[in-house]
Amino acid sequence: MAGLLAYGAYVPYHRLARQDIAAALGTSAGRGTRSVAGYDEDTTSMAVEAARPALRGDSGLRGSIRHLLLATAAPAYLDKTNAAAVHAALALDRHVLALDVAAAVRSGIGALIAGARSDVPTLAVLADIRTGRPGSTDESACGDAAAAFVFGAPSATRPVIAEVVAHDALSEELLERWRLPGAVASRVWEERFAEDIYVGLAREALDGALSEAGWEAADIDHFAVAGLHGRACAAVRRGSGVRLAALTPDFADAIGNTGTAHIGVQLADVLDRARPGEKIALVVLGDGAGVLLLRATDALPAHRATRPVAEQIASHSAPMAYASFLSWRGMLDREPPRRPDPEPPYAPPAHRRTAWKYAFTGSRCEKCGARHLPVSRVCASCRAVDAMVDEPMEQVHGTVVTFTVDRLAFTPSPPMLVVVVDYDGGGRFRCQLTDATEADASVGARVEMTFRRTVTAGGVHNYFWKARPLREARATGPARD
Amino acid sequence: MASHGIRDRVAIVGMGCTPFGEHWDRSADDLLIDSVSAAVADAGIGLEDVDAFWLGTQASGVSGMALSRPLHLDYKPVTRIENMCATGSEALRGACYAVACGAYDVAMAVGVEKLKDSGMSGLVSTAVPGAGDDSRGEITAPANFSLLAPAYAAKYGLGPDALKDVMARIAWKNHVNGARNPRAQFRKEVSLAQIRDAPTVAGMLGVFDCSGVSDGSAAAIVVRAEDAHRYTDKPIYIKALSLVAGPVDGLVDTGYDFTTFPEVVASARDAYRQAGITDPAAELALAEVHDCFTPTELILMEDLGFSARGQAWKDVSAGAFDLDGALPVNPDGGLKAFGHPIGASGLRMMFEAWLQLRGEAPPERTVGTVAAGRKLALTHNLGGGPGECVSFVSVVGSEPSA
Repeated sequence: MAGLLAYGAYVPYHRLARQDIAAALGTSAGRGTRSVAGYDEDTTSMAVEAARPALRGDSGLRGSIRHLLLATAAPAYLDKTNAAAVHAALALDRHVLALDVAAAVRSGIGALIAGARSDVPTLAVLADIRTGRPGSTDESACGDAAAAFVFGAPSATRPVIAEVVAHDALSEELLERWRLPGAVASRVWEERFAEDIYVGLAREALDGALSEAGWEAADIDHFAVAGLHGRACAAVRRGSGVRLAALTPDFADAIGNTGTAHIGVQLADVLDRARPGEKIALVVLGDGAGVLLLRATDALPAHRATRPVAEQIASHSAPMAYASFLSWRGMLDREPPRRPDPEPPYAPPAHRRTAWKYAFTGSRCEKCGARHLPVSRVCASCRAVDAMVDEPMEQVHGTVVTFTVDRLAFTPSPPMLVVVVDYDGGGRFRCQLTDATEADASVGARVEMTFRRTVTAGGVHNYFWKARPLREARATGPARD
Repeated sequence: MASHGIRDRVAIVGMGCTPFGEHWDRSADDLLIDSVSAAVADAGIGLEDVDAFWLGTQASGVSGMALSRPLHLDYKPVTRIENMCATGSEALRGACYAVACGAYDVAMAVGVEKLKDSGMSGLVSTAVPGAGDDSRGEITAPANFSLLAPAYAAKYGLGPDALKDVMARIAWKNHVNGARNPRAQFRKEVSLAQIRDAPTVAGMLGVFDCSGVSDGSAAAIVVRAEDAHRYTDKPIYIKALSLVAGPVDGLVDTGYDFTTFPEVVASARDAYRQAGITDPAAELALAEVHDCFTPTELILMEDLGFSARGQAWKDVSAGAFDLDGALPVNPDGGLKAFGHPIGASGLRMMFEAWLQLRGEAPPERTVGTVAAGRKLALTHNLGGGPGECVSFVSVVGSEPSA
């Protein structure tokens, strides 16, 4: 029987302390931090980072996928399918229907339900970058993240880790939260208007799904509720007859409400911890209500994600300056260096090198074994011509040979850190170092690769790979005070 | 290396060089007219006597018409060439080979660059439409060359402070020399403390570790050696010309360690063989080298064979390459103080060799090695960066070899 086969979550490295917003704007201080997508990240790049660990080391699973859904309320492009870039970066089979499920936060649970119901192996990726005007509740209470889930039939090596038990969804036309295309912030109606409506919708959807499953609310072991209507979510959490101990953490203090991605982050966190047989209920409020019920299988403990959500939440940067946050989100237009505008990627060369540019696939010489990054037709070592095979490099770690800090180059977050990396098992490449400070750039530093939106120039996003420090799991992040 | 060389077959009989600097009031055309006019006057000929031209410019003009238009040349062959920062030397190489093979009697090499019209800080690369999938379009020249510093320091056990002192010593020396050169962009001495404490640009490089961004032009007239005394009593003979383009694998091959330019080693070996040089540090009267950034000059001292591997930092600190040192390097101030108008720099280096070997440099920066009997000078010009560059080495002399 088909079910959930794999998952991964991605919480960006950067944090903004709510007290720093308050200090800058003279408002009352909130608690904790929110997660912040890097200046070189967007929903497309974060979707890739969430899906990479879900597919890591399993070419059978990667090759089996036939449907890719990218759910986001902050698509990097309109008119152009953002899921196609995710498809390229993950090196999925050519015969994959890659689709954006875009515009609304509800798209997240929509992609999960569609994936769970699909009759072909489906990768559902949820990603969001949330912000609002400076000083808004959305700005401080929300956060950025992504999560990825693979649904399909089990194989000998890839068992079902959670069964899809039941679902229900109600749709409701409701002027509760909306945003015109191009607007910097959402607008919301008076909060109390929709609260009771959402509570009713959630009850109806949950009752429907529980009845289909033959479960009682009190049977639920993990109960996750997500949506941007905070009061309604709180009311549903409290008032659905679910045991208190079953309420999942909402991560409000550490990363904030990550919108479209939030139900995915919560589900990933539950899967990081759940015991076999435990019952999982997901509820998402937004333009209706969606419910998905899952049950963890005996196979789950052996197939959990390599980077648990809790570990990613704990491993983060020192709180960033609020001015940097505003700058990264395009709300503070800082003076650029006196340098030419950055070059956009050009379509034909980018298309010729899709496997390299998007999937970081280098080449290896069949004659002498030398690795080449980027791909090369002539071997730099033995000069053999057209004797290359593909060499996927996105999972290979490396060591910094030499480095520099470029204070003159254009970057949305100066200065630019540049490292020359020698990869384990061979191959060298020079690239930017991200999610790092100058102290992280040193000869001998260990790095891994990460998919980024390196720059937006001339109205074109450039997606490519950077190195980032290889960080061991930590119990807690750096202390602030 | 399969080069045969053209030792003593051609000679330079006239040169011109504009001041380098921020020429807000002069265009590339103006600079070309000035350097070309000075060179023909120096050789005692008219422009109509020049049979063919090699124009070097990275980006200040395209085609031979970039020269034929401002000078209104009459149906003469003009080749426009580019080889990054070695462009000026490449123009000279073309002119020399054309004369050596007998195709022309009188050829001119001229280089020009107008950098200060762009309004940008530092050099601006000429972009080729790309896929945005490597760092070449992102990293700046100082950052690229700054990759040398941590690697050199780590390999030879220098602390960052010690290396910074060595780099400052190189900048200090070139500013001392530039202060004695009326054509130089920067004509003031700068203290070691000022150099060390300057704002950083990239990695360990401060503002004073970087060459000057400037406008300028330089030109040379080349004839067959046997004809040279018709034009001047003191021709400068071409002993060696070597240019190599590397395989561009330093950013691909884990064997490259960022403490050398293999292209420089290869071109120097070739040039020394052509010129019959066995001990460059003892035989050369001076060397004009491509000090685009101070770590570059440091490493060039080893790659050109002036210092043993890992020893250049000691020789620099001991003053071996000072104006009064055993082998003066960049007595005209180098790229650092004279300035670096890309297409002109290779010919500007040759202009200093021309002055020094002929005893025409101003007394305050005349090297003592010529009076001591040395008759050879080297110019070294490179384009690109660590691990991927083109390198040019010439050797010239004031007398034909015996």
